[in-house]
Amino acid sequence: MLSIKNLHASIDDKAILKGLNLEMKAGEVHAIMGPNGSGKSTLASVLAGKEDYEVTEGEVLYHGKDMLDMAPEERAGEGLFLAFQYPVEIPGVSMVNFMRASLNSIREYRKQEPLSAGQFLKLMREKKEIVNLDDKLLKRAVNEGFSGGEKKRNEIFQMAMLEPSLVLMDETDSGLDIDALRIVSDAVNQFRSKDNAFLVITHYQRLLEYIVPDFVHVLSEGKIVRSGGKELALELEEKGYDWLKEGVGA
Amino acid sequence: MTEDQLIKELGSEQKYEFGFVTEIESDQAPKGLNEDIIRLISSKKKEPAFMLEYRLKAYQHWLTLTEPDWAHVDYPPIDFQNIIYYSAPKSKPKLNSLDEVDPELLRTFEKLGIPLEEQKALAGVAVDAVVDSVSIKTTYKEKLAEKGVIFCSMSEALQDHPELVRKYLGTVVPYTDNYYAALNAAVFTDGSFVYIPKGVRCPMELSTYFRINEQNTGQFERTLIIAEEKSYVSYLEGCTAPIRDENQLHAAVVELIADEDAEIKYSTVQNWYPGDFKTGAGGIYNFVTKRGICKGRNAKISWTQVETGSAITWKYPSVILKGDNSRGEFFSVAVTNGMQQADTGTKMIHLGKNTTSLIISKGISAGHSNNSYRGLVRIGKGAENARNFSQCDSLLVGDQCGAHTFPYIEVGNSTAKVEHEATTSKIGEDQIFYCTQRGLDEETAVGLIVNGYAKEVLNQLPMEFAVEAQKLLSISLEGSVG
Ligand SMILES: Nc1ncnc2c1ncn2[C@@H]1O[C@H](COP(=O)(O)OP(=O)(O)OP(=O)(O)O)[C@@H](O)[C@H]1O
Ligand SMILES: [Mg+2]
Repeated sequence: MLSIKNLHASIDDKAILKGLNLEMKAGEVHAIMGPNGSGKSTLASVLAGKEDYEVTEGEVLYHGKDMLDMAPEERAGEGLFLAFQYPVEIPGVSMVNFMRASLNSIREYRKQEPLSAGQFLKLMREKKEIVNLDDKLLKRAVNEGFSGGEKKRNEIFQMAMLEPSLVLMDETDSGLDIDALRIVSDAVNQFRSKDNAFLVITHYQRLLEYIVPDFVHVLSEGKIVRSGGKELALELEEKGYDWLKEGVGA
Repeated sequence: MTEDQLIKELGSEQKYEFGFVTEIESDQAPKGLNEDIIRLISSKKKEPAFMLEYRLKAYQHWLTLTEPDWAHVDYPPIDFQNIIYYSAPKSKPKLNSLDEVDPELLRTFEKLGIPLEEQKALAGVAVDAVVDSVSIKTTYKEKLAEKGVIFCSMSEALQDHPELVRKYLGTVVPYTDNYYAALNAAVFTDGSFVYIPKGVRCPMELSTYFRINEQNTGQFERTLIIAEEKSYVSYLEGCTAPIRDENQLHAAVVELIADEDAEIKYSTVQNWYPGDFKTGAGGIYNFVTKRGICKGRNAKISWTQVETGSAITWKYPSVILKGDNSRGEFFSVAVTNGMQQADTGTKMIHLGKNTTSLIISKGISAGHSNNSYRGLVRIGKGAENARNFSQCDSLLVGDQCGAHTFPYIEVGNSTAKVEHEATTSKIGEDQIFYCTQRGLDEETAVGLIVNGYAKEVLNQLPMEFAVEAQKLLSISLEGSVG
């Protein structure tokens, strides 16, 4: 589904990703862990097409198509979704309006008819139940004044609405209380299927107890320095990252 | 929010198109301005003698004036002798049904997205459509007449209610007020007249669509709205104009008079042709004088404007707060893109005791445009306890445009409280990326963000117009990113 080969990316001439390789198949969950500043969010942004980053080398194929050539909205149309580490506020734009515009432009990209207001509201009611999102939040402006946890839940709500095939979750667990973590994980698990894939960025093993990954990768200084099964996360939790940097046991 | 409200919130999908010309034969005066032209206009319109006298006095006064140049706008000199001051569509007024309307004209309305058929069905909205200089169609007149409300063209008012026109015309904006007010007083051809009798709440929104149509026709509307004691009216003005190569001058005068306990809400959606995106050629010059007076106690006047069009906008809807406890409000969204220039704002003149005013202005500049807010808050000597709050925000899209704020505050009474807040921000890359990640293209994203930014003002508009205004904002920002 996703094939990243020798990806190099920089911002303001500062190299951040330095030869990253990753293969993901449909149905898989990959976790990415790694120290602060190692480039995890950068990877997510580059995959989603944020303009600030310059890809200097490498290729990214998504469903066999060259993804680096596509505008962010085309990638979204192709089924990519990024749950942001820091979801932004858009004052004055109600969630309802935002979601409708978003869903319908993605449908348009996929050559589907737009949903009527009635159909859309029905869908929204269904999906908000999944993440237990308060009705009131949907009437407010996008993320405006949402608590940290509410913002994260709102990201997963949007994921459920848009039904992407590749989901990048950037520290969705940070800021969530214990119950919310379970709710969000349940929503993700419910949505998991043999046709979609998840790239889960996290600092904590705890999330991975709920959303059980098939692979765990460690990103350090812009490269994947170690890959393994879900037990690698436990090992990291115990030992931290230093042992990897020093090459001990590698 | 109920389901209905949600559906409303989501709006309807309509497309806007502009830049077309309706081919209707018209009856027009030769180019140029002199006393004979003014006499011609007056006689064509079979006006009472006082009107012609007034026009001629205004013209004489205009001759003594020079064009103002203090606004933060820049344009080549206007050749006032190269303008046609009178042009009336030949297929004439006084029609009883749509079948009698020139089919070309109906098509124009359809392109504007306001087919009369639909408008008629849109319960509660009476439409007085002005094409070029003569009113063509007025609906709902009878229903209004039942309540004693007069809503007609200025020409008709001069025929049917000359005493009212004579009593009020020029009392809020005298022809000596400014260069364009003098010109308008001399050559105005039509506009709207509204009279709400004492104690009457006008049963519907009154709405006029103006449209400049004939090539080279400077349009000089004159609008007069009188709200007697304890009455209420909401009036809407909306415009679009077709693409033209030559600049077209639009110099309207609007006068509002609110008596004791009366309220006038005046909303404008302005979408004149802004000119060529790259050169600015061909756009409308929109030099308007709009002023209202709160004559009696507790009177209220509220201006709401959504300004997206015109090459140059020069406009300061104002309120004279004469009656004690009266209130003036100004809500404005002004968008400039391409080569557009806007210098707009308001004047709140506090004269009475306990008068209050509120100013909310949202300027949005994109492309190579220039957007200035210019506002005056004056507290007169006798205005005990007057209050004003002003919030002027500017949003920049890109880094080639300009935003300027010129607040003037004059306080002549120490019990007054005047507050002014201003912010300037740039549209966030992160906001745009968030939207594009969700599948919206950049232009749609900018439109959405800007609409959110202007929401406080858009909320002041009646629902049908709010939806239209939102679309307009998005459309007018096309080409501002990428
Ligand atoms: N605009 C920028 N200019 C310069 N450096 C930047 C810019 N944006 C990010 N960086 C740097 O790139 C590096 C990688 O940042 P990134 O956000 O990808 O890290 P991360 O792995 O997600 O960290 P965290 O775990 O703290 O979220 C950091 O050193 C960061 O300071
Ligand atoms: Mg990060």
